Amino acid sequence: MNRIAVALLTLLLTFAGLAHPNDQRAGRVAVPVVKIEKSGTCVAPTEEMRRDHMKMLFHQRDRTVRQGFREPRFSLKGCVECHASRESGSVLGKEGFCSSCHAYASVKMDCFECHSSSRHQGPVGARR
Amino acid sequence: MSLGRREFLAWGTAATAGAALAPVISLVELAQARSPEEAASSLRRWGLLIDITKCADCDECVTACHTENGVANNGRPRTDAQWIRKVNLRDKRTAVAQTLPLMCQHCEDPPCVDVCPTGASFKRDDGIVLVDKHTCIGCRYCVMACPYGARSFVHETVTGQRPDVPRGKGTVESCTLCVHRVDRGDAPACVEACNRDGGKAMLFGDLNDASAEIHRRLHAEPSAQVRADLALDTGVRYQGL
Repeated sequence: MNRIAVALLTLLLTFAGLAHPNDQRAGRVAVPVVKIEKSGTCVAPTEEMRRDHMKMLFHQRDRTVRQGFREPRFSLKGCVECHASRESGSVLGKEGFCSSCHAYASVKMDCFECHSSSRHQGPVGARR
Repeated sequence: MSLGRREFLAWGTAATAGAALAPVISLVELAQARSPEEAASSLRRWGLLIDITKCADCDECVTACHTENGVANNGRPRTDAQWIRKVNLRDKRTAVAQTLPLMCQHCEDPPCVDVCPTGASFKRDDGIVLVDKHTCIGCRYCVMACPYGARSFVHETVTGQRPDVPRGKGTVESCTLCVHRVDRGDAPACVEACNRDGGKAMLFGDLNDASAEIHRRLHAEPSAQVRADLALDTGVRYQGL
């Protein structure tokens, strides 16, 4: 009985998926562009970063501003240094690492109303 | 298991030696620059000593500050942010003129912190008075409370901020004593510029550090606070005022 129920559910879900094909959704909302131009590992695994990057930034911002810790690991400046685009040097813009995902998820971020969104040491290729 | 007499004596000697060494070790630590993994310490109190008799008729400190912190001049003096300014004093009777740089005085008991409704205006453990712009709501109570007129409200959208100095519309800001430079062991930009291109009037250091020149001069020579009557115990002291 259970097996039949699971099979039916799978079948239903498959049809539901076909009714809203991915390309149709992509037509309405631009799919985020995740281009990582600097090789190497991030400060945490990708799954953790996707889910919790905002918590890391919140935690670090209070430690830095209030207590004066300057650990490089979770610093916003560090994120921008690695993730800014090679062409524009920024994490914002149409294909920006931060802005394209946030536009897709419809989550407003106001970090860069005050913080610099640009890599400061020039493009990736020109780094020492 | 119990300690034998010899073992007990050996432990006692080690403990005494440890207690005698501890202050020496802590002094050595203080003399070195703070690591990024270390919090600002209340053992320090950063401050400035400004000798007005040497303060030249220039504005190197103002230019250096505004360049370092990305404070742009929009050509609207009534609303443009001002982190440091030159104040000219002139005795009406004798016409003796003096000039001095005035910025946040980094008070021990800052009125701006007292009045802040959100706790955004705060004093860091090492005596630097700052605005946490994440919690600042732009009410400007601190601007009114500061007796030195040191704080500015950001009226316009800011672009091209320096990576170390976030600035944004709708928040209040003031001299941070170049906290980003101090944290990496450098002196504030104004002090560096004054000693390079100006009258060599400014000295930066730890007011609590007995080996620092600022500590030595403050204890050996007369100095003054601006509006000493308010008893705010300022971190910025003047000579020749």
